[in-house]
Amino acid sequence: MSPPLTQLALAFATLSLGAVGGANATLPELHRQMVDVSHYMDDATFANLVALAQAAPGPNVIVMSLMGWHIAGAAGLAVATAGMIAPSSALAFAAERMFRRLSASRAIAVLKTALAPIAIGLMCASGLVLAHAADSGGLTIALTLGMTLLSGLTRINPLYGIAAGALLALAGGAFGASS
Amino acid sequence: MPKRLRRANPPLGVMRCVSHYALFCAFFKIGICGFGGVAGWVRPILVEERRWLDDREFAELHGAASVLPGANTVNLAVMLGDRFQGASGALTAVCALLLAPLAILIAIASFYDQFAAHPAVRQALGGAAATTAGLVIGNAYKLVKAYRGQARAILVAALTFALTGIFHVSLVATLALTIPCSLALFARAGRTPP
Repeated sequence: MSPPLTQLALAFATLSLGAVGGANATLPELHRQMVDVSHYMDDATFANLVALAQAAPGPNVIVMSLMGWHIAGAAGLAVATAGMIAPSSALAFAAERMFRRLSASRAIAVLKTALAPIAIGLMCASGLVLAHAADSGGLTIALTLGMTLLSGLTRINPLYGIAAGALLALAGGAFGASS
Repeated sequence: MPKRLRRANPPLGVMRCVSHYALFCAFFKIGICGFGGVAGWVRPILVEERRWLDDREFAELHGAASVLPGANTVNLAVMLGDRFQGASGALTAVCALLLAPLAILIAIASFYDQFAAHPAVRQALGGAAATTAGLVIGNAYKLVKAYRGQARAILVAALTFALTGIFHVSLVATLALTIPCSLALFARAGRTPP
């Protein structure tokens, strides 16, 4: 039942370097590894763990930590987290150092200028994807639109908006509105 | 005390001396605030609250962090931590980012069954997720605004958005198309004014 931790580390390290687009873009491959190839868990457990990780605060990559926890307890959590974080972080570290060493070069300046609008486009798209996943009715659509205006036009602390969103949804649920 | 790792760096815009402690606090806050994903929180805290970067520097850093494999926010923590305090700064930022979420996750996982079944919890989390989506869109709008009047940048951003957001092209394919396009556009016309 409990798999060797080295095998687990290797699986997550591979996922780490293949995770272009962050943890959510890796979910299909994670599912293949955890459910289809290694049989560490069934479909329903996988879906539950993903939902659970998304309910917790923090970067979505912690879903990998949770899988490790489920498979092999605390040691699994440590191995999965390190396996997922270390390889990609080492690459980011090397890239940052290279960027800085060559910061006087025109090629790096062009590269940084060229990547910035791509990141902006990706952020717009993830806003749309998140809205699509979260908005299931009038109330949630209104919450998304309201927060878009609030955060786009003011510098208010986002925590107030999100707390208000949670409370409004709670109230809406209590009065039987469709969320 | 670990010895200071700040080196004589080339000037980097608004970069100023940011301590390990300040790095830890900022990324701890990003980690603990990010219910429904941290994507919406990074810019408000780094740009608006701490003023470590302006919108364009943030967009450039975020660009590099999202093109590289791995979690975007973790990559960003590594890169910004290294920029301010070297390798130990990178480690500080990543640990700060993950510490609280992992602790909370373990706590939730330990009593998952009671927790997830409760309809009130589901309602509240649904509301938080919908609001977080708005937060991400609002942040993206502010970044777009920082590039207003820059036709090339807006064009590349719109193309990237259309491919991934509307046509659901895979990220790798999108990047394979948009990076060469963007490089060609920006290399031809030379460096853009800051």
